[in-house]
Amino acid sequence: MIELTDVHKEYRTKDTVVHALRNITLKVEKGEIFGIIGHSGAGKSTLLRCVNLLEKPTSGTVKVGGVVLTGLGEKELQQRRKKIGMIFQHFNLLSTATVRENIAFPLKISKYPRDAIRRRVDELLELVGLTEHGHKYPSQLSGGQKQRVGIARALANEPDVLLCDEATSALDPQTTDSILALLLDINRKLGITILLITHEMHVIRSICDRVAVMDQGSIIELGDVLSVFLNPQHERTREFVSQVSDELDTDMLRSRAEGRVVRINYKGDTAYEPILYETVRSTAASFVILQGTVSRMKDTPYGQLIVELRGSQSDTDQIIAELRRRGLDVTMIL
Amino acid sequence: MNWFENIRWPEITKATNDTLTMLGVTMVFTVIIGLIVGIVLFLTSSGQMLQNRIVYSILSFIVNILRSIPFIILMILIMPMTKMLVGQSWGVKGAIPPLIVAAAPFFARLVEASLREVDRGVIEAAQAMGASRWRIIWSVLLRESRTGLLAAITITAVTLVGYTAMSGVIGGGGLGDLAIRYGYQGYKLDLMLVTVAILIIMVQILQMVGDALVRRFSRK
Repeated sequence: MIELTDVHKEYRTKDTVVHALRNITLKVEKGEIFGIIGHSGAGKSTLLRCVNLLEKPTSGTVKVGGVVLTGLGEKELQQRRKKIGMIFQHFNLLSTATVRENIAFPLKISKYPRDAIRRRVDELLELVGLTEHGHKYPSQLSGGQKQRVGIARALANEPDVLLCDEATSALDPQTTDSILALLLDINRKLGITILLITHEMHVIRSICDRVAVMDQGSIIELGDVLSVFLNPQHERTREFVSQVSDELDTDMLRSRAEGRVVRINYKGDTAYEPILYETVRSTAASFVILQGTVSRMKDTPYGQLIVELRGSQSDTDQIIAELRRRGLDVTMIL
Repeated sequence: MNWFENIRWPEITKATNDTLTMLGVTMVFTVIIGLIVGIVLFLTSSGQMLQNRIVYSILSFIVNILRSIPFIILMILIMPMTKMLVGQSWGVKGAIPPLIVAAAPFFARLVEASLREVDRGVIEAAQAMGASRWRIIWSVLLRESRTGLLAAITITAVTLVGYTAMSGVIGGGGLGDLAIRYGYQGYKLDLMLVTVAILIIMVQILQMVGDALVRRFSRK
């Protein structure tokens, strides 16, 4: 749905060149929710703006829905942008227009007849749960409600793609979750492809299918969310993962642990099986869970346990081999 | 001295009408020209949609020059142009061109400043929706800055009341002319006081109406 090929963006000032994006190649599939995570200044915001050409890449091509945007003239680009919705961290609503007028704005640009606008606005208000608030002005709404207006406005022209620029970063945790739930709902109901950028791992974990990690203008890691989350390869990625999981205190483990300490990752239906218990019971060894998370990543259940195995070398070897045979990912820590 | 013996109301009424005519006609042209110049200044300034340093610098330079010439001198300087445009360089008709030349650049700067107050993110959102430049100027820039623009119009109108009075020095007509001819040159203090009072009332009304409109259209 979205294809970036070798996209490069640099900003030149008198005597410096800043490389905001370095040779980005990225493909977002139709219907998926793709997240890009990175610190501020990593280039994720520039990358998102290159998709609808609010920022023009210095080189490279941008293709959305099979059309190469980088080759279009201004009028054609305006036409294509109607099919690419966008929402923003600070909502960017017209302060002098009511909720209804804000949502109607893109429809007026597309020259919808008056009746059609009224019907479509009604539909959209219902979709985002603001039916009661149509005649209010943005200053009378809460942050979450403003973002709902932003979402309704972005969806007005029935776009194929929704770009989310830190859409929940200005909201409190509870409101964040309700907006994320709305985005997921829209993705499922309308089949719309969502590309979002964020600096919060929580956002990625809650709704994304795949994730790319950005640092200094490059994508340093890319994959489905669960594998990136459970097996982060890059130092920067580990930082983000640690936002949502507890840091492992290895010094404490070293001083307290008597047996072998292993990390066990598992996902999918294995999360509901008593595999660890069964495996250990068949030997003379025992185990202690030192730390652990059992949770869900979007819809996939997963677990991550730090377990100390107490017993003879041969028993613990056998346990580790058996856990691996049954599909669990086991790594030695001590 | 017998107070108010010199006051001839028909003349005052006529002078008031003349001042209001000058003010009204000048405001219409000032708002049209000033809006256009202000919008061009804003759009061509750095970081905006039509960023163009050459156009901006030239326009900005012209605006600065016109704003730095005192009104009285400007009026005398452009007399030939005034005569060419309206056929005379005196009276109500002759006062209007210099008033526009003085007020339009002033108003243009106020317009530019008001447009700068519009949230960049909202402009970006409109661009992302596929809005054309005209649509953005009309439905985003002018709409979002409307209270600032109304305040700018009020300030300009109030300033112009003073300018119209000044134009009386070279026979511009109106209340200023009356005050100078009879009040100053003819030592008729009471008449001068009445014209001053009328000017004060005019400014008060303008400001009140302006403030009321700003309140009416404010959505903050």
